[in-house]
Amino acid sequence: MTRPMTIGEKILARAAGKAFVAPGDLVMAKLDLCFGNDITAPLAIQAFYANGGKTVFDRKRVALIPDHFTPNKDVQSAEQAKILREFAKEQKLLYYWDQGECGVEHALLPEQGVVVPGDLVIGADSHTCTYGALGAFATGVGSTDLAAAMLTGQAWFKVPHTIKLEFVGKLPKDVTAKDLILLAIGRLGVDGANYRALEFTGPVISALSMEGRMTMSNMAIEAGAKAGLIAPDGITKKFAEGRAQRKPRYYTSDKDALYERTEVFDVSKAEPVVAKPHLPSNVAPVSKCKNIVLDQAIIGSCTNGRIEDLREAAKLLKGKRVSPRVRTIIIPATPLIWRQAMKEGLFDIFTAGGCIVSPPTCGPCLGGHMGILAKGERAVATTNRNFVGRMGSTESEVYLASPIVAMASAIKGRLANPQEVRGAGWQRGVKK
Amino acid sequence: MNFQGSIYKFRDDVNTDEIIPARYLNTSDAKALAAHVMEDADPTFPSKVKPGDIIVAGKNFGCGSSREHAPLAIKTAGVSCVVAESFARIFYRNAFNIGLPILECPQAVIESKTGDVFAIDAGTGVIVNQTQGKTYQAAPIPPFMQELVAAGGLMEYVKKKLM
Repeated sequence: MTRPMTIGEKILARAAGKAFVAPGDLVMAKLDLCFGNDITAPLAIQAFYANGGKTVFDRKRVALIPDHFTPNKDVQSAEQAKILREFAKEQKLLYYWDQGECGVEHALLPEQGVVVPGDLVIGADSHTCTYGALGAFATGVGSTDLAAAMLTGQAWFKVPHTIKLEFVGKLPKDVTAKDLILLAIGRLGVDGANYRALEFTGPVISALSMEGRMTMSNMAIEAGAKAGLIAPDGITKKFAEGRAQRKPRYYTSDKDALYERTEVFDVSKAEPVVAKPHLPSNVAPVSKCKNIVLDQAIIGSCTNGRIEDLREAAKLLKGKRVSPRVRTIIIPATPLIWRQAMKEGLFDIFTAGGCIVSPPTCGPCLGGHMGILAKGERAVATTNRNFVGRMGSTESEVYLASPIVAMASAIKGRLANPQEVRGAGWQRGVKK
Repeated sequence: MNFQGSIYKFRDDVNTDEIIPARYLNTSDAKALAAHVMEDADPTFPSKVKPGDIIVAGKNFGCGSSREHAPLAIKTAGVSCVVAESFARIFYRNAFNIGLPILECPQAVIESKTGDVFAIDAGTGVIVNQTQGKTYQAAPIPPFMQELVAAGGLMEYVKKKLM
């Protein structure tokens, strides 16, 4: 007996050792990978030992990534990072990266081939859903779930219903994957996909690069979703080749798989957008927000800190400078991306243009360090959340945008469309 | 489990950055976290919350980050229970995993105000707003979650089942 299944259902069924699963089923499933970072892993390690943990279930399937408050921002965060370092050493973890080799987890793990298509993954970080872009079922959990996973190699899952998001039409210039996911969150709402999986489909998604796909899956959680899946195709296979540390499994949804509903997005008339404070669903066209004067711009994070993001931003900046009033911080997400950007001369463009280039870190995205906002300040950021106080003062504001909108806005000193800074006739915006 | 306490009411979409801001996450010490609980939603909350008090919130409580520090800070501050119209998925899972009682009951939320006294039977899900003299029935806790609670939390559950 069987039933048609979605990608997510197929992965959960395989990992639970069942022929099929259906939405609502509770399954105990074997994990291909579990991981945590310098904020969430210390609590998990504490729980691991407190419950008699001696050795992790498989040293090749537990990863630790100290990326949030690193390079260590203060004594206490140094202590947290030390807990990870010592645990990784004691447990002989295969996947642990220390400062210099470490990058933002959701950029690093796919880049290093540690997450592969078809995997079932839990991570003690909400943006673990990023790996849906590879056709993996990956979801964020808390520290206790990670502790249990490190002990047993298993986790319980309630099989979610799936909402299909179909993107059709011709993608206009300057409308990027970031704009598409913001538009989707704007329509669904911040809890519109709570307890559900999203599946991104359609010709517009098929045409996206792996970087763009990861940007989309990354923000599935901002609609409350448990996972944000994209069917693997030639682009996925090319990405996995040569880097996958384990054998990929390519799952696609059956033609007659059941979806809770389908939402169609015709992108032909879409414009670049921002998410205004203080919810990622508060989406508006950039063209309607041009009076928003800025103090800071951040280009980086697990959402948009990949090489393609940096290339696009640099292309727009080349030969210009950012507004003197906008602190513009570029954060390549991993050491490999950092080196690549350096080799391609992107840092020449950024630094000649008045930007700061940071080492890889989650840093300012969550108000940790490396770019905190004061009371009354405003930032445009390629990050994923614009909650109250997310990047600093509870009286600061964050506008979420694509890398090209963030860079155009940094140049103009206010929210701006990329087209406003192209060509010979562009004019500097806000002075000061 | 029965609880009785004064309620503090919060809006929809209270996220984990508001429950425990990331600037305090350079420690895993539960007491240090509790000293800042709900600070970015209500800066006076850490100084006024008393053991046994109840948090009442709108839709999607605990959205955002997966940080378990959020339910941990609430529990350590002495909050006995959280009643919301709905919870974000990761927060819901984390709360059960660490043993913070939570209940979904939109009507009880909508009709209440800060300062009301709730009496709650977490086993049956019956919520009485004693100040207003109204009784509500919360959504039942799913059987699997009841099993987790009965086992004494996730770690005890997995130790029994898998180890």
